[in-house]
Amino acid sequence: MSDIITIADLEKTYHSGHQALKTINLGIKNGEILALLGPNGAGKTTLISIICGLVNPSGGSVTVDGYDIIKDYRITRQLIGLVPQELTLGAFETVWDTVNLSRGLFGKKTDAAYLDQLLRDLSLHDKKYSEIRTLSGGMKRRVLIAKALSHEPKILFLDEPTAGVDVELRKDMWQIVNKLRASGVTIILTTHYIEEAEEIADRVGVIRAGELLLIEDKQRLMQKLGKKQMTIELRTAITQIPAALAEYDLELADSGEQLTYTYDTRSGQTGITRLLQDISQVGLTLKDLNTTQSSLEDIFVNLVHTE
Amino acid sequence: MNFNAIKVIYKFEMLRTWRTLMQSIASPVLSTSLYFIVFGSAIGGRIQEVDGVSYGAFIVPGLMMLTLLTQSISNASFGIFFPKFTGTIYEIMSAPISYFEILIGYVGAAATKSLIIGLITLATASLFVELHIAHPIWMLTFLVLTCVSFSLFGFIIGLWANDFEKLQVVPLLIITPLVFLGGTFYSISMLPPAWQTVTLFNPVVYLVSGFRWSFFEIADVNVYLSLFIVLAFLAICMGVVWWMFRTGYRLKS
Ligand SMILES: Nc1ncnc2c1ncn2[C@@H]1O[C@H](COP(=O)(O)OP(=O)(O)O)[C@@H](O)[C@H]1O
Ligand SMILES: [Mg+2]
Repeated sequence: MSDIITIADLEKTYHSGHQALKTINLGIKNGEILALLGPNGAGKTTLISIICGLVNPSGGSVTVDGYDIIKDYRITRQLIGLVPQELTLGAFETVWDTVNLSRGLFGKKTDAAYLDQLLRDLSLHDKKYSEIRTLSGGMKRRVLIAKALSHEPKILFLDEPTAGVDVELRKDMWQIVNKLRASGVTIILTTHYIEEAEEIADRVGVIRAGELLLIEDKQRLMQKLGKKQMTIELRTAITQIPAALAEYDLELADSGEQLTYTYDTRSGQTGITRLLQDISQVGLTLKDLNTTQSSLEDIFVNLVHTE
Repeated sequence: MNFNAIKVIYKFEMLRTWRTLMQSIASPVLSTSLYFIVFGSAIGGRIQEVDGVSYGAFIVPGLMMLTLLTQSISNASFGIFFPKFTGTIYEIMSAPISYFEILIGYVGAAATKSLIIGLITLATASLFVELHIAHPIWMLTFLVLTCVSFSLFGFIIGLWANDFEKLQVVPLLIITPLVFLGGTFYSISMLPPAWQTVTLFNPVVYLVSGFRWSFFEIADVNVYLSLFIVLAFLAICMGVVWWMFRTGYRLKS
């Protein structure tokens, strides 16, 4: 799949002197659902805001469908729909007026049939002529989504779409997202819940303190997650792993005095007991033993802790 | 040009006016009537004539200017301040629309609204006094230029203000005194000579004078000088807006 968005060496330092993004490089594939995972203040909104034209980058570049977001802003913005993190909506205009305004702002002619269908898909149709201030929080979020989709964008940004959203709307939202993906729309969403990324995304990127720590297919990420390593220090060095221990895929290091065993904490059996028994069976003596989480696991534990 | 975007911003802003129709239209009608009752009848009973024009008629151009200036500034400043304040500006900022187009939409709507109000004020005034306009083309030129340039000025204030207090402070503490001291209700020649000189530093004097000349052919300063000052003010505002947009001032971090 080709990239629809290419982010190269993107940096952002706010006037306050705070560096919100540090040299971000990222390619977003056409048609994928990418989840950007990161704690509060990681720089997720800043990244999205730069791509959408709300914040000036301090360095680097972004292209959308091959066009530069600054030089060719008319083309790139036309392709993008944005659902902001906050419920930023007017109060006195009707749902119908506001989606028409959105469509017009993006240079499209009015299309009542399309907008009617959009409101229907978002279960907003019976609120068509309601003033926005009379709607509930969940309904307002739907209105924001309708506004973002009013001009038929090819790329949709959802900035923390499930923050403060009830279960029903969340389910609806994922249904909408899947439907959009099926129609070829690229979707980038931010969240600080691993479960959410796991549920919906094709790929997951992790941002912390302005840095993209990793970007990985969800499947592979989930395999890596939960991996732990046990390091076994031997009293006497060996030159080669005994054949009886072959099934454990051990790594030999530190000039033969150290064995490393990788296991999955999420599987029912970690194999540790058996391994230790087998080690003494083949006549090796332990000097020390310790376990470490994979760096990935560290990241996620951290994510949870910063909550 | 993204004409659709200009159109929807303009329409949206005008819609806001219709929603507050009573307030938008009734208040200038009411205040104009009050001015006539107080100034025209009470004071006019004593002053009677200024430069051969009845006092009631004499104050009409000044009164219109007062309305135009305050309305243009408040409409335009509020129009852009409010979306900035509530955050809904994100949508305009992320739309494929240039700053110039945003400007046309907002300033165009604000100027249209104050133009309408100016004409309503004129109509109201004509109920109280007999009016005749010597130079209708000049009158309309000043009317439109004032609406546009002060809407632009209001737009600048709306961009600059980051709280409600700042939004109010310029109209209240600068514009109102300038208008009241700008020959709105009197001729500059009625002042002592020293004050006449000071007054010439007040740009509103030129506006009111030129506008009044288009009605009665009486003026404190040459009408071309008036026109020049209005155009200069418009140019300065354009320059400031251009700078604000170029730097993303208070719009983009
Ligand atoms: N306009 C701004 N001026 C200064 N600092 C900002 C501004 N916006 C965001 N920041 C800072 O930049 C960092 C990243 O913010 P943000 O992108 O909103 O993070 P996230 O969306 O991941 O929670 C935070 O430390 C935040 O305080
Ligand atoms: Mg955020």
